Amino acid sequence: MAALTVLLGATCILSLFLGSRPNGVADVVDVLTGDGEPHLANVVASRIPRTVLGAIVGAALAVSGTLIQGITRNPLGEPGILGIGVGASASVVTGTALFGALSATGTMGFAMLGAIIAVAVVLVLGGRSSARGIVPLILAGAVVTAVLYAYINAMVLTLPQVFDSYRFWMVGSLAGVELSRLGQVLVPLVIGFCLALLIARGMNALALGEETAISLGFRVGATRLIGIIAAALLAAVATAIAGPISFIGLAVPHIIFALMGEDFRWRVPAALLGGALALVAADVLARVIIRPQELMVGIVTAFIGAPFLLMAVRRGAVTT
Amino acid sequence: MTYNLLAARGLTVGYGATPVIHDLDFDVPQGRFTAIVGPNGCGKSTLVKSLARVLATEPGMVTLDGKHVQAYRPRRLAQRVALLPQHPTVPEGVTVRGLVARGRYPYHGALRQWSPQDTPAIDQALNDTGLTELADMPVAALSGGQRQRAWLAMVLAQQTDYVLLDEPTSFLDIAHQVDVLRLCRNISNQGRTVVAVLHDLNQAARYADDLVVMRDGAIVAHGRSDTTLTSSLVSDVFGLDSMIGVDPCSGTPMVVPVAD
Repeated sequence: MAALTVLLGATCILSLFLGSRPNGVADVVDVLTGDGEPHLANVVASRIPRTVLGAIVGAALAVSGTLIQGITRNPLGEPGILGIGVGASASVVTGTALFGALSATGTMGFAMLGAIIAVAVVLVLGGRSSARGIVPLILAGAVVTAVLYAYINAMVLTLPQVFDSYRFWMVGSLAGVELSRLGQVLVPLVIGFCLALLIARGMNALALGEETAISLGFRVGATRLIGIIAAALLAAVATAIAGPISFIGLAVPHIIFALMGEDFRWRVPAALLGGALALVAADVLARVIIRPQELMVGIVTAFIGAPFLLMAVRRGAVTT
Repeated sequence: MTYNLLAARGLTVGYGATPVIHDLDFDVPQGRFTAIVGPNGCGKSTLVKSLARVLATEPGMVTLDGKHVQAYRPRRLAQRVALLPQHPTVPEGVTVRGLVARGRYPYHGALRQWSPQDTPAIDQALNDTGLTELADMPVAALSGGQRQRAWLAMVLAQQTDYVLLDEPTSFLDIAHQVDVLRLCRNISNQGRTVVAVLHDLNQAARYADDLVVMRDGAIVAHGRSDTTLTSSLVSDVFGLDSMIGVDPCSGTPMVVPVAD
């Protein structure tokens, strides 16, 4: 836990110092102490929101994935199986088709709305799940995802201008994010994190099976619903800020499980730190890997996440 | 109104349109070890699950201290009645101590995730089940019999008056079956009420104080384990012709199928 915190701090500092164009370490220090060169000052100022929001998005995705994997007992569980990413995408595509290119705020609003509607539909279709466990919910997620994908494909193939803006959004990027975006999502974000921390014991009980959880005094349906709401809020916020960034929500929970064990009271806070660390690190790499250009962070997450996930699997800690 | 009594009144419960149990009355004998026996599908598990409110029942059908179980907060009820289901899930990577510690959850709140009695209760439960040495082992690495002990330890750490066990000996070899039954006996001797669904009539007669014999969702016999089993009862309930012998070690009744 302490190691994760230190690593996260170091990576955030690195994120302030490294950009797509090389700059001296001393120059950045000058900027941070208030008497640097003005152009670089702007550059560094743009790296701050990127770092802060990157950490928040990564943390939100990883915590969301941890909850989903716990609730569905599905090793492939990630926020995507509730239709969050695809719901946000479908909504953004619709917005772009109706109103042309959207502003940053507009995109965020549409993404948030779409994600929440998609989860609500999945919950209604797969709800009353206590009778048959969690299977109807997962199937409802698959159905909603398939339908929305078809819809997105139909839209982007028939409307070239939608395709142009959509293809950048769908990968996920932290370039050009502004701190003001945080204000718009702060409430759902904080609620999501708090619920996730409060539900950790319930998740531990659910892991023993439904009957045992009831015998230990938990309301199974309510525990699951709160977990899903928390996961949905967090993933929706992350997607609204940065687009549907892949792999963090899947890989980080597995890596944290391999490192921390099965107790959700540790896994949730560790995923928070680990997710933040992973996404900020991926974003730093995205900026330096093909200098002087930069990659979109959604592309990098899979590349840096994959080896870590494989390592966790090979240690035997992750089994299916 | 009877104090500290877990009871079923007019219990009608089932999984579909046709109830498995119909209009059943049962007072759990306090401070005793009761074995519930009967043919497959007769409603034994349904009865213990209903008593442990794992199966939803209508208000009034199951009462504790004369109060509907639905009127209790789930956590409060979990401090009084514990159920070990037939097929609990072992979370991947959980240690014995980690599993037993979960038996303390009814004593925690959302914000108070620890209570001062936790450590003594967990240590006591580990000690009672002989698992102190294995406390830091992953549950997945234990043998079937040790694993069942770990689950029993979790239920013990819950420190309830009532301990309900759904087929605790199924899928264990005979040595581990006896092991679990002796443990049940000890739990009962400590003053707790134990109700276990068992399959083996001879084991039930030998280790339990009382027998409840069920058929088709109804209780057909309920009494002391050394006097309840008769060959006509076994014939009625199981459709098996048998003779009742005497267990050479304990002197309790022993059901022996007649020669072909």
